[in-house]
Amino acid sequence: MGEIGITHWVVLSAILFSLGLFCVLTRRNALGILMGIELILNSANVNYVAFARYADTGYDGQIFAIFVIMLAAAEAAIGLAIVLGVYQAFETIDVDATDRLRG
Amino acid sequence: MSPTTIVFYLLAAFTVASALGVALSNHIVYSAFALMGALLGVASLFVLLGADFLGVVQLLVYVGGILVLSLFAIMLTHRIADVHVSNRAVGRLPGAVLVLLVFAGMVRIATQAAWVVREPGAPAPTTSGIGNAFLGDWVLPFEIASIVLLVALIGAVVVSRKEVRG
Repeated sequence: MGEIGITHWVVLSAILFSLGLFCVLTRRNALGILMGIELILNSANVNYVAFARYADTGYDGQIFAIFVIMLAAAEAAIGLAIVLGVYQAFETIDVDATDRLRG
Repeated sequence: MSPTTIVFYLLAAFTVASALGVALSNHIVYSAFALMGALLGVASLFVLLGADFLGVVQLLVYVGGILVLSLFAIMLTHRIADVHVSNRAVGRLPGAVLVLLVFAGMVRIATQAAWVVREPGAPAPTTSGIGNAFLGDWVLPFEIASIVLLVALIGAVVVSRKEVRG
């Protein structure tokens, strides 16, 4: 348990990524899958910011993290709109039950 | 142990515990609130990494925006409790095995790679540097990202509105 190095941050981010992946793999609820994706994006951001601090790259890592947050916001808006549309069409958001392209 | 180390382990434990709640909770509303804990934990980890501006952005966009949006979607789809966790295609056990394999590979890389690192200096305010970078080297990606956000906004409205025939 010495000083915190880059390895600690990468392992932490790996834990978050694994939990997000588990969430995406095992859920049938579309909203749960979206939450898993948010966890995965956050783990990537932790990596970006950690390397921005521990490697000599200026602000590039943090700027990448801001772009990831921007795209996550866009993804969440579109994804949740699609979930609501699917719910109106199918009366459920179970991703196994939504297997028709035409209503 | 230095105070930074203790704070790191406390925040990391909080974040990982919340993420466990997101991944394992049986009820989607509990998952959403656990997600709030995980996002708050990540925001505080950003601050610990000296990224003060990013921590605030995380708080505003994720906790204030995306999470509220998710909760709205949960509340609007009221039969949400009918859908339970298990996925017939990938059950919990195969999922856990696969995820553990991926995790072991990532930990192996994290501990064995020869990262080129420097000693981090004292944390300094980052806001003005990020602003200058956005209007300097990164101005084109920045403008493209704003167009993407505009398109996503319009797209979300178009997709989620009720269709009126006639």
